[in-house]
Amino acid sequence: MTATRTWATSERIFRQLRRDPRTVAMLLVVPVALMGLLAWMLPAHDFNQYGPLLLGLFPLLIMFLITSVTTLRERTSGTLERLLTMPMARADVVFGYAIAFGCTAIIQALLTAGLSFGPFGLDVRGSVWLVVLIAVIDALLGTALGLFVSAFATTEFQAVQFLPLALLPQLILCGIIVPRDQLPTVLRWISDLLPLSYAIDATKQVITDSVTSAFWRNILIVAGFAAAALIGGAATLRRRTP
Amino acid sequence: MADAPAVRVSRLRVVRREREVLRDLSLTVAQGLVTGLIGPSGCGKTTLIRAIVGTQIVAGGEVLVLDRSAGTAQLRDEVAYMTQTPSVYRDLTVSENLGYFATILGARTRDVQRVIAEVDLAENAQRVVGTLSGGEQSRVSLAAALLGSPRLLLLDEPTVGLDPVLRAQLWELFARLADGGVTLLVSSHVMDEAARCHHVLLMRDGALLASGSPTELLARTGQPDLESAFLFLIESVQS
Repeated sequence: MTATRTWATSERIFRQLRRDPRTVAMLLVVPVALMGLLAWMLPAHDFNQYGPLLLGLFPLLIMFLITSVTTLRERTSGTLERLLTMPMARADVVFGYAIAFGCTAIIQALLTAGLSFGPFGLDVRGSVWLVVLIAVIDALLGTALGLFVSAFATTEFQAVQFLPLALLPQLILCGIIVPRDQLPTVLRWISDLLPLSYAIDATKQVITDSVTSAFWRNILIVAGFAAAALIGGAATLRRRTP
Repeated sequence: MADAPAVRVSRLRVVRREREVLRDLSLTVAQGLVTGLIGPSGCGKTTLIRAIVGTQIVAGGEVLVLDRSAGTAQLRDEVAYMTQTPSVYRDLTVSENLGYFATILGARTRDVQRVIAEVDLAENAQRVVGTLSGGEQSRVSLAAALLGSPRLLLLDEPTVGLDPVLRAQLWELFARLADGGVTLLVSSHVMDEAARCHHVLLMRDGALLASGSPTELLARTGQPDLESAFLFLIESVQS
């Protein structure tokens, strides 16, 4: 792996994004619009309760979708095979994507958080920056998971279908609908194995300003899941195929 | 060592979806020559090329490329491969595509200008690849394979859908590259392209039907052209 090749890959992905202004607009406008909708619909107290949780979910969902579709495109168009016949490490590809989409996620999170905490009047007891940090780590998790599942899809249509399979169970069990300590024991164990649970736990700790070492442990766990999925994603990039 | 073959394939077997695509295939590709890999679609040309690049999972046999096992890391900047369908980014311009691949290969930036000129795309250099015609897109893909200084060029149907003038230019380019010491293996399903190669490998149904220079093949079969020579060889195998 070399910095030149990784960075060239990130830069190339940025160029591709720039050629697709509609996608960029949706990346930036949709989360903001949805937060605006929530702010309008919910009383201030409820908005402060749910707003920060959703602020972390949008990047996860959107980055998952974008990464699974773009890497699948790279696999099916033959460009991935071409890159892997060149002196390119698999980590160059994976980190190239992670950096490009991670930066996109930072911009998205800053914009959404800025408008939510500003004009929309969102308020948390803890630091706003920690909410942004969670959003960025969620985005990296989404990127990593998207990269990983794209190996199991053969069409873009299938890739999109992985969203309900890979993310909805996490959404149901992460503690937004039913607090995790009230889940039936078996479901509680399952939720302990899912990264989103830790991201939601961390967000709740920022909302109530109970940021302790447990918060940082949760952040590290989510980051660990993202790193594991990135390594898993790199392992799915095969130089030899049937 | 100069006379050692650039590629040596011995008893190669490839099985895909329970079908034997390559059956006990053995052949060599001589260094510094343009070798044509000729045969109908579906005869295993692409699979053979992929085995030489090292991207194909093989069921048996051995492929040696420039004295190393195919697909070894050291070969990655010595072997260049152009796939049959253009493997370039459709949403980037011609020069952005080639600039990116040049960086990955560690080639000089001015190499991009050279290969663009070689495939006659200078006027389209700033156009987005997706807006180009099919033939132009495959030339971008060919240009990417020409970047850097590969010692072995594997080109899978590089001249499909091109106008005759450009086709002739590309064959001149291939001959020039071979004069400079590069080994080329060029696949085609068009018989008249075989005549432009120094050496021809005729393939059918995953096996090698014949190997030799165009004049040798004509002499051996006593036929007036390569098309009839190919037919003659198929009939002699069947009888």
